[in-house]
Amino acid sequence: MFGYILRRLVAAVLVVVVISMIVFALFFLGPSNPAAVICNANGRCTPERQATLEHALGLDQSVIPQYGEFVKGVFVGRTISVGPGADYDCSAPCLGISFRSKLEITELLKDKYPATVSLAVVGGSLYLLIGSTLGILAAKYRGSATDRILVSSSLVFSSIPYYLVALLAWLFLYNEYRLFPETGYFAVTDNPVKWASGLLLPWLVLGFAQSPQYARFGRGSMVETLSEDFIRTASAKGLPRNKVLFKHGLRAAIVPIVTIFGLDMAFLLAGTVFTEEIFDIDGIGAWGLDGIRLLDFPVIAATVLVGAIFVVVANLIVDIAYSFLDPRVRLA
Amino acid sequence: MTEVLEGTQQGPQARSSSDTEPFLVVEDLTVQFPTHDGLVQAVSDLSYSVGLGETLGIVGESGSGKSVSSMAVLGLHDEKRTRMAGSIRIGGKEVVGAGDHTMRKIRGNDAAMIFQDPLTALHPFYTIGAQIVEAYRLHNEGNKRTAKRRAVEMLDLVGIPQPDRRVDDFPHQFSGGMRQRAMIAMAMVNNPKLLIADEPTTALDVTVQAQILDLIQKMQKEFGSAVVMITHDLGVIAEIADEVLVMYGGRAVEKGSCKQILTHPEMPYTWGLLGSIADVTGDTSKPLVPIPGTPPSLLNPPTGCAFHPRCVHKDKVPDGRCNSELPELRPGIYANHLTRCHLPDPDAIYESEVKEVVM
Repeated sequence: MFGYILRRLVAAVLVVVVISMIVFALFFLGPSNPAAVICNANGRCTPERQATLEHALGLDQSVIPQYGEFVKGVFVGRTISVGPGADYDCSAPCLGISFRSKLEITELLKDKYPATVSLAVVGGSLYLLIGSTLGILAAKYRGSATDRILVSSSLVFSSIPYYLVALLAWLFLYNEYRLFPETGYFAVTDNPVKWASGLLLPWLVLGFAQSPQYARFGRGSMVETLSEDFIRTASAKGLPRNKVLFKHGLRAAIVPIVTIFGLDMAFLLAGTVFTEEIFDIDGIGAWGLDGIRLLDFPVIAATVLVGAIFVVVANLIVDIAYSFLDPRVRLA
Repeated sequence: MTEVLEGTQQGPQARSSSDTEPFLVVEDLTVQFPTHDGLVQAVSDLSYSVGLGETLGIVGESGSGKSVSSMAVLGLHDEKRTRMAGSIRIGGKEVVGAGDHTMRKIRGNDAAMIFQDPLTALHPFYTIGAQIVEAYRLHNEGNKRTAKRRAVEMLDLVGIPQPDRRVDDFPHQFSGGMRQRAMIAMAMVNNPKLLIADEPTTALDVTVQAQILDLIQKMQKEFGSAVVMITHDLGVIAEIADEVLVMYGGRAVEKGSCKQILTHPEMPYTWGLLGSIADVTGDTSKPLVPIPGTPPSLLNPPTGCAFHPRCVHKDKVPDGRCNSELPELRPGIYANHLTRCHLPDPDAIYESEVKEVVM
């Protein structure tokens, strides 16, 4: 078990390293020149000034020393110079500094992440709970009117694009009728009530909009499990129907749901762009979008890298969870 | 059609009284499944009975209704999707139409079942011990520790080595034969008086098959249970059954003692079954004789005798009665033998034409 986790951990680290290289290479080979961006941002840009900036940023070096410098920054920190006399200390772990705000990316990440994590964890749990409960109910009453209503209404709901649902919810439930408190992110440590009230609408929108997917998936998984031989065995023992359904059925049906949820969670944590933009939440998704808009390369690189790390970590957690959920994996 | 099979001690007069009737009585059982394509007539007018200590073998091809009828005995069909008629009595208790509460007390307690593939029939995420303990505690008082001790005892009884350790193993850590042993241990943990074995050896290799059959017989002796053995393998029947019921197209087509059926079958379908067994001690170069055609559709069963489209002897019956008239299940030439066939003298045909080919 321990060896298995260790092996997976090493593999996860390797994947992150490779992703960091790919991200780095993409920007190195990309069509835009960061020096030009900074140069243009600070008024008149002469070719000389741009060349000085390129040298200061190390952009005139080849790719390997540049990547080396980046890696060094992650572990021991480095000094980043944006032009003569404009040096910034970037302490480890350094992911660079934002060209716009000239602040350290890691500090900004620390700043933006609580909002995204709050949104993702509660919203995600909500749709997992609502969705799979509905799905399991539909499977239990398979073929009945309950089942048909659940399935068809979930189809209708999930065919509406998410950004539209979020936008309409904001427009009507908040902007027009004020049925919900003002949305936004407030630190949970400062004022938990304000934190919860600011995120209430986004949580509900996220939870309800994504739950049909889980309802359908949960139903499918449950229906499949209920046709297994061991369910018949459980009935043949004389177990009451609810125990057959929940102790034997759900126990097996939950495994694929957990897998999907783990990966979904990773995507949420990597930035719930629409939700953050629409509900004015200062999280990683909105920040990354700003980065793209303003061509703030370190910001884009950081959001991509952190998103990738979340996916890798989520995969790892799912795999470890699997070995607890499914004993056949445990000893493999 | 409420005849008593040879070997049951009770006479027909005793039938009405539940004290003396055989432990399992199935009377005129009909099981149908309404589907989008029509009504699947899975079992029609099936009657049989099994007394304590006896073994009834039910033989037939896939779709002959043998599994459906025995699942009906435990009430395992989805009520909403199944139409059932007739009567099934387990120890005098009526099963058809009984509520879930009654059935739960019977299942696993008075009557237990073992299934074809022990890997899929055991829950992959619970230990063997936990699954046996669960079965025991459903029908017995007692804490977890006594239940676990009982589980170890049962595993020992079915021949699992180091049962006190293996009790905590998961099904995937057992071999196929051991899984089926564990399945039997789980079925027998509450001393059921009726054990239904639905092709218990089909998924196992031949050497393990024999061990499992021996084990079932040992369990039967130990607990004095009635056993219903469902199989398509006449070899299994020859080894274990006292009585044999041959099913075709959802109906009983021949019934009698094991020896009778194997030596003097009177129904062409049974002849076909016997003809399609490989005889390893005889002339091995002799080709097997398959039964031509395919099993009948239960949605649109053939008119008359369900077997007539595949029967090579149907021309011996005058006026084409085979495809117009369903033969009655009537007494055959020998005692306690029932057959559903229009042939006037099947034994003579068997002796003169079929036996040579079969044996």
